[in-house]
Amino acid sequence: MLTFNQNGIYCAQADVYIDPWKPVDNAIITHAHSDHARWGMKKYLAHIHAAPVMRYRLGQDIEVQTADYNEPVTINGVKISLHPAGHIWGSAQVRLEYKGEIWVVSGDYKLGEDGISVPFEPMRCHHFITESTFGLPVYNFPDPATVHHDINDWWRKNREEGKNSVILGYALGKAQRTHKHLDPSIGNIYTHGAVDNINKLYEAAIEPLPVARRIDSSINPKDIKGDIIIAPPSAENTPWLRKLQPYKLGICSGWMQLRGTRRRRGADRGFVLSDHADWGQLNTAIKETGAEHIYVTHGYKSVYAKWLQDAYGLNATEVETLYTGEQLDEPETTGGEDAGI
Amino acid sequence: MRAFSELFTHIDQTTSTNEKIDALADYFEHADPRDAIWCVALLTGKTPRRTIKSGELRDWCAETSGTPVWLLEESYHVVGDLAETISLLLKGSDGETSHTLHEVINSLIALENKTDDQRKAYITGMWRQLSQQELFVFNKLITGGFRMGVSDKITIKALAKRYSIDENIVAHRLTGNWQANETLLDTLMSATHDAADISRPYPFYLAYALETAPEELGDVKDWQIERKMDGIRGQIIVRDHQLFVWSRGEDLLTEKFIEFEPLAKLLPSGTVIDGEIIPAKDENFLPFHVMQTRIGRKNVTKKSLTEAPLVMVCYDLLEHDGVDIRHLSLMQRRELLVQLIETVKEKEANIPLWLSPVLICQNWEEVAAQRLKSREYNCEGLMLKRKDSEYKTGRRRGDWWKWKVDPLSIDGVLIYGQRGHGRRADLYTDFTFAVWDGDELVPFAKAYSGLTDKELLEVDRWIKKHTTDKFGPVRSVTPELVFEIGFEGINASSRHKSGVALRFPRILRWRKDKPAKEANTKADLIDILHVYGGL
Repeated sequence: MLTFNQNGIYCAQADVYIDPWKPVDNAIITHAHSDHARWGMKKYLAHIHAAPVMRYRLGQDIEVQTADYNEPVTINGVKISLHPAGHIWGSAQVRLEYKGEIWVVSGDYKLGEDGISVPFEPMRCHHFITESTFGLPVYNFPDPATVHHDINDWWRKNREEGKNSVILGYALGKAQRTHKHLDPSIGNIYTHGAVDNINKLYEAAIEPLPVARRIDSSINPKDIKGDIIIAPPSAENTPWLRKLQPYKLGICSGWMQLRGTRRRRGADRGFVLSDHADWGQLNTAIKETGAEHIYVTHGYKSVYAKWLQDAYGLNATEVETLYTGEQLDEPETTGGEDAGI
Repeated sequence: MRAFSELFTHIDQTTSTNEKIDALADYFEHADPRDAIWCVALLTGKTPRRTIKSGELRDWCAETSGTPVWLLEESYHVVGDLAETISLLLKGSDGETSHTLHEVINSLIALENKTDDQRKAYITGMWRQLSQQELFVFNKLITGGFRMGVSDKITIKALAKRYSIDENIVAHRLTGNWQANETLLDTLMSATHDAADISRPYPFYLAYALETAPEELGDVKDWQIERKMDGIRGQIIVRDHQLFVWSRGEDLLTEKFIEFEPLAKLLPSGTVIDGEIIPAKDENFLPFHVMQTRIGRKNVTKKSLTEAPLVMVCYDLLEHDGVDIRHLSLMQRRELLVQLIETVKEKEANIPLWLSPVLICQNWEEVAAQRLKSREYNCEGLMLKRKDSEYKTGRRRGDWWKWKVDPLSIDGVLIYGQRGHGRRADLYTDFTFAVWDGDELVPFAKAYSGLTDKELLEVDRWIKKHTTDKFGPVRSVTPELVFEIGFEGINASSRHKSGVALRFPRILRWRKDKPAKEANTKADLIDILHVYGGL
């Protein structure tokens, strides 16, 4: 039912693309990260919580139809529904059913609770399209509760030393997740403008986050002492960040699992915190779908597809897409997520 | 083991030099003294002999963790460090262990004479007991190369802090022939120990590359100009009528350089000479590679003794009549050195000690002209030393500078990329370059260094998008990108398809202005070989 072509993942029966990377007429969007929700589609279908971010990023004038989880729409006989992917708030797996054949496009996903998004829901299907960002057995992420605890401890220690704590993470998703688990009794929370813009959308759609202040011209950086600042990765090495000295830099990413990456990034602390599935989660998720046919996209796709064939005897193939997954060093073409907002 | 793992984690989690120094000094003070000395040994590169092969570790880890070997290999290529890969594949235990660092190291050393079953039982047994943090440290102890983000300088500073002694003295006390199992840190750092090790060399004084125009160094008359030899920097020590030859890498090479044996009798006891060990024949220096073949060998053959006899080109005198004279000025030391060599030559004309010639230059233009002649002498460039300089410890700015010749260079096309290690793990940063031979591209060099971090990321992304084939960790790419490759020397080689082997190839710059077609050819390389290929 689904094919992969130069525009994206295509369902000919419903004439609709899922997360297309070229402008098309009809697009279903799994989530609002810029490698999945792109500009230029005539019509979008997305989860109710993804739509505000898409309007904010792609323009208020885009045409978006929204749906909640488990709220099927039928297009030319294809029953299409969104289901929680647990990746970020408003992220969805897209389930398509036609004449008894079921496909699930999972977009990006992770298992377990993160406090800000509806947890991943396994969907039985025949064909499952999966990412493989962390599709190697060396990626075994620690319990996120421990990581959030470590972040607060780190903040407390830095504060004792008279230093600020700067946390870098994606403005959409990672920033809210980190923010939500901060302990406001330690000190004040500040946000970079790009983070604050998304936070406002989150608070309007879902719930308030711990009190934080946006760093704008009304704030004297000298008044920020022993506090924590949440900023997007693009803020690194900018004059904006230098004003917050002295500070310690923490990076939240699944890539922080590897020592080489941690050292290369030159952060004081790397926190292993990801919105993508680790090795164990990928395997669990795939087994629970019961699918025979697995299409492996962005990540360690050839290795992971071979593993699925060898270990579980699945018909797994790798598929080229333009999705990028979790990136540590942001591509120059986009200038970093939300740069300059 | 736990305290040491915690030290490691602490150091790994900071980029601040002061914090690293404090953490180390604290460890040196509070750790079991038998562990503390091992910590210093590991940090300064005195790693114990390896007793477990990588292949064994791979197999045992695959079996213990239930990971297919091919998947382990793939993971290793991404992680870029076998010890880390294994510790990530094995799940650490929650329990606490009481193994101490020195005990673990000694157990590992003892494995050398054990049966395969015993070796495997010990390693996998430890894997089951250790926590995640300890696992990595344990595996690093097996595979060696334990750098943990601490330079010799940081280690020296931490020891200086712990023992409240001068850094130069610490550096000196760390040299020599001590064994971690035979001494303790307190002993090594104590003054009484100084006389005990008669083989102990002085820390080498190393120069930085000249950063400014030489004119800015002031009057040329205040400077001693010498050629920078291309050999092995070393110290020849005679104390108690015994000879010791040390390399700059602090390897004791006395046995390998048998030419120097007679010096034990010829040089007065209490003599330390700093110089360059190089092959020379009939008053000419031979290229470095002539000696290279000899260093790797266990036994020195008669053939190599006649083909590549070694001499030391003497730069400096550090100890005279048993007295440390490093504080004297270079002029004074040079005078003593000249006297010493002359006196010895009177006794025995044919000794393998040559004075490093001092070049007489009236102005900096003449110095610059001498520098351009370096390759004719098989030299790397010039050394500029302030005449009133003392002999310092380690790499220092100010009094000594090296002024190397510009490297030879050639434009090559990037044809293969391979994932790097350490901080370059999971990035395609190890490159193979080729030159044109007609329509064919012939690989001629591998290079890893020379690009900025930003350029590396750019090339990495480019490689991922322009891969034409994958074999193992290597990707071949469409031949499009051109890089200028610099190198220090060139030799004919029958082992390489290009017919040449380059010395120290590295990337000088990314030639974004050049299409692949305009890269150099094999004929160009052969031309360079004929001009600079030495003898």
